[in-house]
Amino acid sequence: MAMNYNSKDEVDGGPPCAPGGTAKSRRPDNTAFKQQRLPAWQPILTAGTVLPTFFIIGLIFIPIGIGIFVTSNNIREIEIDYTGTEPSSPCNKCLSPDVTPCFCTINFTLEKSFEGNVFMYYGLSNFYQNHRRYVKSRDDSQLNGDSSALLNPSKECEPYRRNEDKPIAPCGAIANSMFNDTLELFLIGNDSSPTPITLKKKGIAWWTDKNVKFRNPPGGETLEERFKGTTKPVNWLNPVYMLDSDPDNNGFINEDFIVWMRTAALPTFRKLYRLIERKSDLHPTLPAGRYYLNITYNYPVHSFDGRKRMILSTISWMGGKNPFLGIAYIAIGSISFLLGVVLLVINHKYRNSSNTADITI
Amino acid sequence: MNTERDSETTFEEDSQPNDEVVPYSDDETEDELEDQESTVEPEQIRANREVEDNREPFRKDCTWQVKANNRKYHEQPQFMNTKFFCIKESKYRAANMYFLVLLILQAIPQISTLAWYTTLVPLLLVLGITAIKDLVDDVARHKMDKEVNNRTCEVIKDGRFKIAKWKEIQVGDVIRLKKNDFIPADILLLSSSEPNSLCYVETAELDGETNLKFKMALEITDQYLQTEDTLATFDGFVECEEPNNRLDKFTGTLLWRKKSFPLDADKILLRGCVIRNTDFCHGLVIFAGADTKIMKNSGKTRFKRTKIDYLMNYMVYTIFVVLILVSAGLAIGHAYWEAQVGNYSWYLYDGENATPSYRGFLNFWGYIIVLNTMVPISLYVSVEVIRLGQSHFINWDLQMYYSEKDTPAKARTTTLNEQLGQIHYIFSDKTGTLTQNIMTFKKCCINGQIYGDHRDASQHNHNKIEQVDFSWNTFADGKFAFYDHYLIEQIQSGKEQEVRQFFFLLAVCHTVMVDRNDGQLNYQAASPDEGALVSAARNFGFTFLARTQNTITISELGTERTYSVLAILDFNSDRKRMSIIIRTPEGNIRLYCKGADTVIYERLHQMNPSKQETQDALDIFASETLRTLCLCYKEIEEKEFAEWNKKFMAASVATTNRDEALDKVYEEIEKDLILLGATAIEDKLQDGVPETISKLAKADIKIWVLTGDKKETAENIGFACELLTEDTTICYGEDINSLIHTRMENQRNRGGVYAKFAPPVHEPFFPAGGNRALIITGSWLNEILLEKKTKRSKILNLKFPRTEEERRMRTQSKRRLEAKKEQRQKNFVDLACECSAVICCRVTPKQKAMVVDLVKRYKKAITLAIGDGANDVNMIKTAHIGVGISGQEGMQAVMSSDYSFAQFRYLQRLLLVHGRWSYIRMCKFLRYFFYKNFAFTLVHFWYSFFNGYSAQTAYEDWFITLYNVLYSSLPVLLMGLLDQDVSDKLSLRFPGLYVVGQRDLLFNYRRFFVSLLHGILTSMILFFIPLGAYLQTVGQDGEAPSDYQSFAVTIASALVITVNFQIGLDTSYWTFVNAFSIFGSIALYFGIMFDFHSAGIHVLFPSAFQFTGTASNALRQPYIWLTIILTVAVCLLPVIAIRFLSMTIWPSESDKIQKHRKRLKAEEQWQRRQSVFRRGASSRRSAYAFSHQRGYADLISSGRSIRKKRAPLDAIVAEGTAEYRRRVDS
Repeated sequence: MAMNYNSKDEVDGGPPCAPGGTAKSRRPDNTAFKQQRLPAWQPILTAGTVLPTFFIIGLIFIPIGIGIFVTSNNIREIEIDYTGTEPSSPCNKCLSPDVTPCFCTINFTLEKSFEGNVFMYYGLSNFYQNHRRYVKSRDDSQLNGDSSALLNPSKECEPYRRNEDKPIAPCGAIANSMFNDTLELFLIGNDSSPTPITLKKKGIAWWTDKNVKFRNPPGGETLEERFKGTTKPVNWLNPVYMLDSDPDNNGFINEDFIVWMRTAALPTFRKLYRLIERKSDLHPTLPAGRYYLNITYNYPVHSFDGRKRMILSTISWMGGKNPFLGIAYIAIGSISFLLGVVLLVINHKYRNSSNTADITI
Repeated sequence: MNTERDSETTFEEDSQPNDEVVPYSDDETEDELEDQESTVEPEQIRANREVEDNREPFRKDCTWQVKANNRKYHEQPQFMNTKFFCIKESKYRAANMYFLVLLILQAIPQISTLAWYTTLVPLLLVLGITAIKDLVDDVARHKMDKEVNNRTCEVIKDGRFKIAKWKEIQVGDVIRLKKNDFIPADILLLSSSEPNSLCYVETAELDGETNLKFKMALEITDQYLQTEDTLATFDGFVECEEPNNRLDKFTGTLLWRKKSFPLDADKILLRGCVIRNTDFCHGLVIFAGADTKIMKNSGKTRFKRTKIDYLMNYMVYTIFVVLILVSAGLAIGHAYWEAQVGNYSWYLYDGENATPSYRGFLNFWGYIIVLNTMVPISLYVSVEVIRLGQSHFINWDLQMYYSEKDTPAKARTTTLNEQLGQIHYIFSDKTGTLTQNIMTFKKCCINGQIYGDHRDASQHNHNKIEQVDFSWNTFADGKFAFYDHYLIEQIQSGKEQEVRQFFFLLAVCHTVMVDRNDGQLNYQAASPDEGALVSAARNFGFTFLARTQNTITISELGTERTYSVLAILDFNSDRKRMSIIIRTPEGNIRLYCKGADTVIYERLHQMNPSKQETQDALDIFASETLRTLCLCYKEIEEKEFAEWNKKFMAASVATTNRDEALDKVYEEIEKDLILLGATAIEDKLQDGVPETISKLAKADIKIWVLTGDKKETAENIGFACELLTEDTTICYGEDINSLIHTRMENQRNRGGVYAKFAPPVHEPFFPAGGNRALIITGSWLNEILLEKKTKRSKILNLKFPRTEEERRMRTQSKRRLEAKKEQRQKNFVDLACECSAVICCRVTPKQKAMVVDLVKRYKKAITLAIGDGANDVNMIKTAHIGVGISGQEGMQAVMSSDYSFAQFRYLQRLLLVHGRWSYIRMCKFLRYFFYKNFAFTLVHFWYSFFNGYSAQTAYEDWFITLYNVLYSSLPVLLMGLLDQDVSDKLSLRFPGLYVVGQRDLLFNYRRFFVSLLHGILTSMILFFIPLGAYLQTVGQDGEAPSDYQSFAVTIASALVITVNFQIGLDTSYWTFVNAFSIFGSIALYFGIMFDFHSAGIHVLFPSAFQFTGTASNALRQPYIWLTIILTVAVCLLPVIAIRFLSMTIWPSESDKIQKHRKRLKAEEQWQRRQSVFRRGASSRRSAYAFSHQRGYADLISSGRSIRKKRAPLDAIVAEGTAEYRRRVDS
């Protein structure tokens, strides 16, 4: 940008200084700050600065956009809706609340093999995890293992604060509505017996959540003792200390629980459910072929027109599939480039008419 | 024609004594101005006032009662109370109430959508800053108070004088003051060490006049109250008016020893004055503390607000309405959503069976809280801070510092700065403002012969001639420059009797006080004219040495002679002359008189040989813009004097209409005068006045000169300062009157008196083109604006408001008159504003204020009044901005002004540089402020479409708390303080840059809505781009895809970067502090965020900091950074493109100048056009001025007190004059 450095030599400060001004003189100090003469850079939007900016931004954004787009397209992703609202769906039977527990199986085929680590998500739609009433209905002190909060949860948790005169652990609507479908994946190999895919339960939550934010209450030998005096959330089948057999994944630090407690931004969201780790470099993690998904259908979404999905996805350097960002970058880059051209033309047209003689005042 | 008009306007009109009819007083004028503003006056009050007016004007409210040495008699007013900070006292009560209500709303659990700290922290911060500012002010004031309160003086307690602190002084105390003491309260002078209980006071702190004034005690108190014992037993009872702010007025009576004595201002010593030349004096405290006149004066300031303030308030109201509408819309949305979705979502069950509409209602309040940041909480305090800073820059400006007097410019109010950039009309006083008010004796005409040109002793004119050497005169002061050696020759030779007589008159006929210090003579004159004349006489060998009450001592070319003063016939604005009657040591009685030529010529003896020559000389002097006075004398027979003296005595003890009676008596003796000659005094223009005026004119600022001076003087000054030029067509009062008359007729024909209801037709009064100026006298102003007539009719009406019928008739006619008056006023203003210059002369202070008010009212333009004297106070207070020149006339104008500096020429820098900068800064600041709050807040609005309108915030609570306080405030504050589009030099070089402010181009409703739109679009981009990116995506490690907290962090980061870059784009003057603050704010944001999201703080406060780990986890993801970059780019690129386009296609003048800054700088050797003085080119008739303002006559009117005092004594004199005199003299 056009620069002008207001140097101090410009100073020709006001009236001549009275020689030997007395100490009591009320003469203001002749400093650059007080005289508003601080050295400064006075940028103006000139053609020389603005046009290159647009071209450069265009030239940077378009490749980035293409890169993102290509990366995003290379990501393998499959999404299976198992809500079961269609009568043909195998899970249709589970819509009625009487059938508990309800099991259903959905078959699907992977056209291409999934390389590298594969992530298994469950997705919910029309589920307002970002509703204010819902978001605040938790007690972070309790989840952090605070003993007093454990037995006396925050008022925010109402109406899931106490049940039958016992404090609920974990309290609140978020915990109460925890996703409790169980998903299992099986590869139908060439041989008739299906191979179960190993689904890793741990490593799906943020390290900070697992180690800082969520902690089991202290004291006691067993987890059950630590949660003594509390009761399970109303909708839960098991108390919190029975979420998993692994003591490192039980209680408040159960990762499924932690993932659920990290509320989503939008009413349509997906949450990490399991990891399918790459076994070796030679074999794809999920080879192309036929699979089936075993679902223990517990979670009711039909009442609010929600949808449930299971998603399998690989990831890249920039995360999962994200077509928007790539397209947006390409679009903005192109627009910027075009704008640069338009501005160039306009500037060329008007350039001649700007000189000092122009100043009419 | 010319002379005819003169006689018409000056003689006849001025014979209606304006100055006396509408006496100067703050109270009255302010009340009246307010009356005009207030539309409805309660009937009761009006009735009361009418009754009151019917009573005798004086004695009106003598309800204040004081009993000497009896403190308990009077209910005590408290001594100065200093107010410390208190929320209630805060200026922005409405704004603070709003946030208080918000806080209360937040306390309701069902409504509370934000954490308690999100509004409390900013509010506390804002209140804290306000409190600190107030506290600093208060502490400074308190310190000063304390210093003042702890000064000591002597008070009678238990019959003895004891040292007491000022704050202990109470009404009714008898106190003793010593030489050079400050007077602690308004006191009644009882006695002093001087003969006749005279007491000299210096009133500099009150009105800035450095000359001494003398006060005199009542004869009876002088006689009986000299000793401590008598003072201790003094039990006089004073009944007087309630405390008021009129410095020059006091009415009351002293009841003592069963007699009553009238009291007036001459017996009152006012707080703030200093005792001089008097060893000690005794007084009775009448008003103490806050009741003193100086306190009443300083306390009464009109609270001024700027146009932008009003605009800003309306905008805040607009935003408030938008807030309510948006909240209501979202609340309806929420009710609908609850009915459609929420009720079926089992996971949202909250145990309360609230209906959707009830939930909607609650959410309305919830959204009011969430969106409260739309109404910017820190707006007012930020504006205050910026204005304060700008005021300091004004104070610090070296180029507005006057080193000769060591006076820097001073912004006395810190709330009006940006208005300085919007001035349309300047109303300037003349004397002391445009002119230096330093009078120098230039020329004189003695006996028809003109002296004062450059010439040697033998009357030969030389251009290069040395100054006259006054070394022969031991009293000469050396500073006096005179070039006519012939005059000296004349004086020394004594060939012409008149020459000596002339200077003797100058030495004797005046009211100057002399102060002799180590042989140095020090004159204290009330008016600079008088000072100049007496000093001139001194240099020419006639030195005024000393005066007592009845004598005056003159050194006449070395011989000292003492004359008895028989009478001083004082000056007032009607008489326009003063005389002195003396008795020479030889016993002759003589009257010496000096005055304006018009009045003197009327009173001359028929046989005056030099009459015509002097008249010619006056014309010559006048055309050189010199101020002239005529001098004359008269011999009086002893018998004649004795006869006159009797009448004089009678008149001076008259109880009613004393002044009129005296004037009549004076008139009798001031006749058949013999003309001696005339003096010519130069009234110098201040430096740079013509340049300043032409600069301001180029900036499209209209300058009106309002002066108490005479038309001719004013016109001359108009030419001298290039307000008027040769090709200006000058219109006078009667031209205007006829123009307005025809216009009124036309309007009446069109739509009757109520023409204002007809659609306003704007037709110019003058044909287009041509330079026009208006010169109008105060009397014409009254004539045109029907001021006088209404007054007269009011009085008439007041007399007979008996029957109901009459009453109705009266109100009807009054209303009709009002309408007519309004129409005329509007017409006059329209007409006057078509002229390029307007000069109003012979206007009273009240009229000055009225003119300003008229323009303010009918033109809706921003006005600035500049003046230096007490007579400008009204106008300074009335105008949007008042500027005081801290110069010759004193401090009163400065005390009531908003800005003050020492020289008129600084006005151009104040307006064109500081005003313009302030305006631009403030506008940019406000635009940006509204933008940034909308961009910030409306993200919640867009988010609400995706969260069931549940008032869920799009950001972390802490971010909301700190956004306005930390993340986005400093850069904009600094821009508001430091930004400059073009440098000060270029601002001055291109005054046309100023018009942006006058036309409100930078901040108006359109700009405001553009800012809002910009904010709205930014908020959309800020929300929807991350939304697009978040719809599907997951993180790099597959974890926590699209969770709320990461989303909030993404938007917040994009927002902070965008708004800070945006202010970077808005800043046109990047100093290192700006750069530091912009990048610092962004860095601060990330720093604080990482802290608040850290593990440590979560362990300490798990519930308050819930975003643990979000920053580190989210900002590790490349796609989040890519989203942020994209968002910022999309927000800023269009702005850059649009700005660039508008700069290329429609560049503003300032853009052009900025673009060519370098080249312009190269042309630094720009020649300032030399202003050519075209004075004296035509035979313009000029001024005969003498003490043209009432303020000048103060000392002379104190002279009146001598006379009054002497009145009873002179009764004795009538029998045995000589004997008595000898006694007094010794």
